[in-house]
Amino acid sequence: MTAEQARASLASTFGVEIAAAVPMVVIVTPDRWEEVARYAKETLGCRFFNFLTAVDWKEQGLEVVARVDNLEENVSLMLKTKLGPGVNNCASLTPVYRGANWMERECFDMFGIHFANHPDLRRILLDDGWEGHPLLKSYAVDTPHPPYR
Amino acid sequence: MLDVNNTTRVEVDWSGPERLQMNMGPQHPSAHGVFRAILGLQGETVVDVDAVIGYLHRCHEKLSETLTYAQYPSIASKTDYVAAMTSEFAYVMAAEEIGKIEVPKRAQYLRVICAELQRIASHLLWLGTWCMDMGGALGGGATIFLYCIREREDILDLFEALVGARLLYGFFQVGGTRYDVPDGWIDKCRSTVDRIDSRVDEYEQMLEDNAFFLARTQNVGTVSRELAQDVGIAGPLLRGSGVNFDLRKNVPYSSYEDFDFKVPVETAGDCYARYKVRMQEFREASKIIRQALDKLPSGPISSRPALKSVAQIRIVKGEAYARVEGPRGEVGSYIISDGSAKPYRMKWRGASFSNLSILPHIIPGHKVADVVAIMGSVDPVFGEVDR
Repeated sequence: MTAEQARASLASTFGVEIAAAVPMVVIVTPDRWEEVARYAKETLGCRFFNFLTAVDWKEQGLEVVARVDNLEENVSLMLKTKLGPGVNNCASLTPVYRGANWMERECFDMFGIHFANHPDLRRILLDDGWEGHPLLKSYAVDTPHPPYR
Repeated sequence: MLDVNNTTRVEVDWSGPERLQMNMGPQHPSAHGVFRAILGLQGETVVDVDAVIGYLHRCHEKLSETLTYAQYPSIASKTDYVAAMTSEFAYVMAAEEIGKIEVPKRAQYLRVICAELQRIASHLLWLGTWCMDMGGALGGGATIFLYCIREREDILDLFEALVGARLLYGFFQVGGTRYDVPDGWIDKCRSTVDRIDSRVDEYEQMLEDNAFFLARTQNVGTVSRELAQDVGIAGPLLRGSGVNFDLRKNVPYSSYEDFDFKVPVETAGDCYARYKVRMQEFREASKIIRQALDKLPSGPISSRPALKSVAQIRIVKGEAYARVEGPRGEVGSYIISDGSAKPYRMKWRGASFSNLSILPHIIPGHKVADVVAIMGSVDPVFGEVDR
C-alpha cells in the first residue's frame, strides 16, 4: 500500500483530514486511539513501532503521540490524540504493539498518564518514591526532591 | 523497581524444581553500564526477566527545554556517549528541518565522515567488550578487547585532532559543523581506515574458526522478524532479523545518496547474525568514508552566522522528527518548536532503549550464561537507555 492509498483509507475510515506530508499526521479522538493503531498495523502494514510519547500543552491538556512505520513501503504515521484539559487517562497500545510497553511506562513516569489495560504500569526511569511527573510544564526544573534513601 | 509484596510467589516443596530469584546487576560487568536484571531461575534456566533501568537518568528531555538550540548539541552527545556524534546529528537535523536551514555540502560530507568513523569506533568497543564478556574461550579473554581498543584509539586520535575532545565532541551545530579538517587529517584518516579494515579480517579469522564462539552465539537469543518490528528494535538487530531497512539507504539524509554502499542483512536473528551484520558494517562504513574523503567538496562548513548570544538562533513554530542511523540503530529527535530560542518539547528516541526492551521477550528459556551473550549482542549504552 502506497502512502497515498494509506492516506485515503485512513481519512475515510476515521473521518479525519490528513495532509499529504512525511510523516502523515493522523489526529483522532481518545476513544479511537487503540482502534487507529490496530488499523495502522493490520490494514496499513505499519508493523514497526517507532516511539510513543506525550506533550503537555498546559491548559489545553496532554497529547499522546505515537509513530509507527511501514518499512517496506516507507509509509510513516504520526498518530496523535488530545486527551483534553485535566484528563490523564488513555487507552494502552501495548495489546497492539509490544514495543509500547516501556514507552508507556516512561510516559506514565514523566507525565502521569494512566494507560488503561497496560499489563505492568509502574515507573521505569525514576525511582518508586519520586513525587510528581517531571516533564509536565507545571513541574519546575528546580523542584526540590527528598534525598535518596 | 520490583514491588516485593506484589510478586507472585510459588511455593515449592523439595521434590519440585526450585524457583530462585537472582539479581544480575546493577553493577554487573557484562551490563556495560548500570542495569539490573531480576532473573527468575529454575535450575540454570531463566524463566522470567524483570529489567530495571533508570540508574543513569538525567532527564535530558526536561534539560533540553531549558537550553537553546546553540547550547544543547554539545549536551546531546552525552546521551549516547559511545557514539556521541550520532545523537548530536539527530538533534541538529530536527532543528534544521523545522527551520528549513540549509546545510552546505562540505558540512554534509564532514558529518557523514564523522558519523561513519563513529560507527567503526562504536562497533569496535562493542566487539571487544562482548568477546571479553564471553570469556576465556576467545583467545584468553582480553585479547580481542585489547586489539579493538587499540584500533578505537586511532579513531579517537582523529577526533581529537578534529575537535579537541576524545569522547564528547560538540562537533555539530545547527546549520553545519563547528570545525573544519586540519592539515594532513585526510591522509591520516585514510591510512587509519585502511589499517582497521585489514585488522577486521584478523578478528573474523580469530572468531569464526573458534568452535566456542560459534556455540555461544549461534541459535542464542533468536529474534523473529515479526517480534523485531513489533518491539521496534533497530539497526544491526533489525537487520540481523532479516528486515532490510537502513535509514541511510531507505530515507537518505545528509548526502548519503551520493555514496555507494551495501546494507548487510542476515536472516537467522540470533547473536551470530547480529555479529555478522556488524562485521560487514565495518567495511561498508570505511567504504563510505573513503568515498567522502575523495569527493569532499570545498566551501563553507556552516550556514550559521557568527553568534553574539546563544539565544540568537530562533526556529519558527513547528515540529519535526529527524532520525539518523546510528551504530545501534535509529536515533531520533522529535522537536516541537514554539518560535523561541529553546524547544517547547524534545523527545529522544534512543536506539538502545528500544533495543533493550527486547530482552524480556528473548531471554526466557536460555541459561544464565547466555544472558551475558545476548545482552552483549544487543549492545546497549545506558546513557542512551536512561537519557
